[in-house]
Amino acid sequence: MQQLVNGLSLGSIYALLALGYTMVYGIIKLINFAHGDIYMLGAFWGYYVINQLHFNFWLALASAMLFCALVGVVIEYLAYRPLRNSPRIAALITAIGVSFLLENGMAYMFSSNVRSFPQVMKVKQYHLGSVSISNIQILILAVSIILMILLQLIVRKTKMGKAMRAVSVDPAAAQLIGINIDRTISFTFALGSAMAGAAGVMIGLYYNSIDPLMGMTPGIKAFVAAVLGGIGLIPGAAIGGFVIGLLETLMQALGFSAFKDAAVYAVLIIILLIRPAGILGKKIKEKV
Amino acid sequence: MLLQVEDLSVNYGVIHAVKGVNFEVNEGEIVSLIGANGAGKTTILKTISGLMRPAGGKIVYDGHEIQKFKSQKIVAGGISQVPEGRRIFAGLTVMENLQMGAFLRKNRDALKKDYQEVFERFPVLQERKNQDAATLSGGEQQMLAMGRALMAKPKLLLMDEPSMGLAPIFINEIFDIIQAIKQQGTTVLLIEQNASKALSIADRGYVLATGNILMTGTGKELLANKDVQKAYLGG
Ligand SMILES: Nc1ncnc2c1ncn2[C@@H]1O[C@H](COP(=O)(O)OP(=O)(O)O)[C@@H](O)[C@H]1O
Ligand SMILES: [Mg+2]
Repeated sequence: MQQLVNGLSLGSIYALLALGYTMVYGIIKLINFAHGDIYMLGAFWGYYVINQLHFNFWLALASAMLFCALVGVVIEYLAYRPLRNSPRIAALITAIGVSFLLENGMAYMFSSNVRSFPQVMKVKQYHLGSVSISNIQILILAVSIILMILLQLIVRKTKMGKAMRAVSVDPAAAQLIGINIDRTISFTFALGSAMAGAAGVMIGLYYNSIDPLMGMTPGIKAFVAAVLGGIGLIPGAAIGGFVIGLLETLMQALGFSAFKDAAVYAVLIIILLIRPAGILGKKIKEKV
Repeated sequence: MLLQVEDLSVNYGVIHAVKGVNFEVNEGEIVSLIGANGAGKTTILKTISGLMRPAGGKIVYDGHEIQKFKSQKIVAGGISQVPEGRRIFAGLTVMENLQMGAFLRKNRDALKKDYQEVFERFPVLQERKNQDAATLSGGEQQMLAMGRALMAKPKLLLMDEPSMGLAPIFINEIFDIIQAIKQQGTTVLLIEQNASKALSIADRGYVLATGNILMTGTGKELLANKDVQKAYLGG
């Protein structure tokens, strides 16, 4: 039970991150390796606005989302858009380059030291029988679920959300009905990066420490979560995130802490071998 | 003249797909462009819609040269296309596909009326409006692709082989609908391999072969032409 609570809070962070991977992959078929670093930037943004500007949690969260949305849009515009029609490997290598640039740039500017995240909220533990749950964990879960529902509403119900899905399915057909592909892709990066920004602030609060390389491992795990759920599928990313979070805490609880990362990668390999389309993925049949 | 294509050439790298083509479409006409597989028909339509840039020549629409315009500007100007292979958005519902067709339009009242019109023309789309578009049959998908293009309220509708791969009853229905669309004042540029059908409903036609226009005339003239019969009408 305790592990379930811990796993769900960690899983919701992975889920938020996995959404960005999956949406970007859905629309431009690029694994955005820099996505984990956007989450790191979100955490640093939270760190500064809370420390320097004395923002409360909600303001820090909202502003980090906005900031990361902007960063995501700028990265796409500068780094990926010029390569839109190049072979996919070129964009992939560029994404890895952007990731290094952000990590090392941040380490250079702010030093690579681990710093403790300001505790904008007093930690309270609640005990329900043998299970203890902190207010931070409840907050993370609640905020993540609300953001995921919001995202789902945006993608399902709004015009831009529908355009996003249309472009993911068939960019040329989308152009033929007047959808602006560039703008739709920017919108996708903004949404995905905002989710990463929120995750960054919340993880800062949860783990209480941030550093310029903090995005690497969660980034990879969230990517695995996205593949597990079925890359390109938004509900899949959410499910995948929770599964990975639970798996990781379970490994820890069973005393295999040293292998918790390995377990996640093993999941990736197993998925790729037995069900490459992911949990929710299905083979798309041609209709005649 | 609504559309005038002048000396248009289009390449794919070293492949010259369209080699100096001239043709025109007048307001209110159905013009059919017929030709065998690989003649360059789809390439011409993609270029008109702004998905490809010409290597040379001009496309004049409503008095403006549009060959450098972005596709969304071309759609906004009143040209929409029913692409080859239908290309409906799988995973979006029938209704959402239609909404996407109206992507650039704002006036809600006019839109409401136009959804109604599309549903009257294609009742099956109304029945299936909340269904994933991928679950439609081929003929129904073709109707959806047409409905989607009509939701943009085009002045000029480009259609790329709407009868391809359809059962004969659907083919007849599609050609009836094309004529009805014309009756309502939309100009149609129709591309087909099914030459007899396409020419029989056309005001004028052009015969395209390996990137060049070989012949032109009214639909009737081309249908009666011996060479056309031999090459495209199976007799
Ligand atoms: N994406 C492409 N890359 C290279 N060549 C192409 C491409 N698309 C079409 N072609 C070539 O251009 C010519 C015209 O093709 P297309 O316009 O599709 O003809 P049609 O629509 O009349 O069948 C053909 O020779 C075809 O092989
Ligand atoms: Mg073709």
